[in-house]
Amino acid sequence: MSPTAQSESLALGAVPSVARQEAAEAGLDAGLLGRVRLAALGRALLPWALPLGVLALWQAAASLGFLSSRVLPAPGDVALAFWRTLKDGTLLTNISVSTGRALTGLAIGGGIGFALGVLNGVWRPAETALDSTLQMLRNVPHLAIIPLVILWFGIGEEAKIFLVAVGVAFPIYLNTFHGIRTVDRGLVEMARVYGLSSTALFWRIVLPGALPSVLVGLRYALGIMWLTLIVAETISSTEGIGYMTMNAREFLQTDVVVLGVLAYALLGKLADSLTRAIEQRALAWNPAYQPGARGVA
Amino acid sequence: MEIFAASDADITAEVRAADIRATFSPPTPAQPPRRWKGEPIRLSGVTKSFGARPVLRRLDLDVPAGQFLAVVGRSGGGKTTLMRLICGLDSATSGDVFVGEARVAGLMPQVRLLFQDARLAPWQRVIGNVGIARGPAWREQAHAALQDVGLADRGRDWPSVLSGGQRQRVALARALVSRPGVLLLDEPFGALDALTRAEMHRLTERIWTEHGFTVVLITHDVAEAVALADRVVVLRQGEIALDVAVDLLRPRPEADGAEAADLRRRILAAV
Repeated sequence: MSPTAQSESLALGAVPSVARQEAAEAGLDAGLLGRVRLAALGRALLPWALPLGVLALWQAAASLGFLSSRVLPAPGDVALAFWRTLKDGTLLTNISVSTGRALTGLAIGGGIGFALGVLNGVWRPAETALDSTLQMLRNVPHLAIIPLVILWFGIGEEAKIFLVAVGVAFPIYLNTFHGIRTVDRGLVEMARVYGLSSTALFWRIVLPGALPSVLVGLRYALGIMWLTLIVAETISSTEGIGYMTMNAREFLQTDVVVLGVLAYALLGKLADSLTRAIEQRALAWNPAYQPGARGVA
Repeated sequence: MEIFAASDADITAEVRAADIRATFSPPTPAQPPRRWKGEPIRLSGVTKSFGARPVLRRLDLDVPAGQFLAVVGRSGGGKTTLMRLICGLDSATSGDVFVGEARVAGLMPQVRLLFQDARLAPWQRVIGNVGIARGPAWREQAHAALQDVGLADRGRDWPSVLSGGQRQRVALARALVSRPGVLLLDEPFGALDALTRAEMHRLTERIWTEHGFTVVLITHDVAEAVALADRVVVLRQGEIALDVAVDLLRPRPEADGAEAADLRRRILAAV
């Protein structure tokens, strides 16, 4: 037994002699390993301490009657609502409908934003012709055109997908454009000297160089995607998480409303984690994205 | 303390020398010699102006195939402009540049350029950078070129993990892949430390002797020019101020000796 381990068990004092004996038999390695594991577990759990604490406080307040269930349901009730909606299938149906809308809108809007960003980034005449118009449109809050969108598309699927597409197009456009414009000129010159064709130049130098910026745009767009969808679904829907929460409000089912909010939060977090994973794969060449990378400071 | 420091430095120097020998020992005899054709360069009455300011004035220069030419001069003396004209990145205001039989108009596929910075694409692995132009069997060719510069085992690495000297060696391999007739070196060793620079000199000299292409080395380091080149041209205010042959025996590790010193003095005086 090492001196430190000994002094620690001495300091503990109250440890029964049998336990001490066992620790001595297990030896130094096990003791050290256990402490290291415990420390790692502590680090992993620490970020969850605050939310779990709030949850416990919330449950206690609801159970003791400080908090009316009309204002905020107890976490237990939300869990029950989760179980109920999961069993009758409405939760999964609504989540998949919402996710489908979000991804369709992202594909359309993101595709358009990316294409415009590439076009304006590589071809100056296109920038001259399009950029100021795009900048004007970008500064219109896209939710402000909801009345117009309802007049155009009614309250069907198209309206929601259109709104999401408009919302996500601009951050992706802006970041793609910026990424392509800031690609290292020296590398472009090198590629030309070494005989790369325009297509090869684009795929091997320009796009990979712009990718970090494009992915920042994507992460930003994902936030806007959920935000837009929530608003669009709350206005008018017959399916989706937004519909589920609005419907629950009519019947004063606060537990289902809170469940819907939680579903949005989780979906948003999921989307963000997914982009992080994409970043780590696509930008593996960048030391900043390699495992174990630290901040700049 | 001083004694320790001195002996430490000695050991380091010894280790480095062994390193250099190991890296740059001649290729195994099993490999057939891979000489390829050098191309001559000819400039006749070349003037290049940026606005009203002439950078090169009616320049005439003949570089025979396979020659190692060093162009020395102060910054702004037109060295880099000369090089950009030869590889076709810029075009002359008047006069003609020829590489081989062809008049330079646009980028020349038989001319390769080594930049001051290595200019490796960070998102391509080393092998992908060497074979950046792809083409048929690029992987094998890139691997052979990496072997040539002594980095055969680093093909799978990202450029970000390489040292400055290794990056320049990868850049050299990238230039060699297409078996160029002319290799232009734009102060590629300027940013390297003295030991690495000496390594790069030996490597460049060895590869040039092996393959026999024409080299134009741009530098402001007179010692470097005398150590490497067959011929040194001093460019001053867009004109050739000195054109001198360097008839020293190769290999010439640091080109010491009275003759080399005298040459260096003459070149320095002209710069």
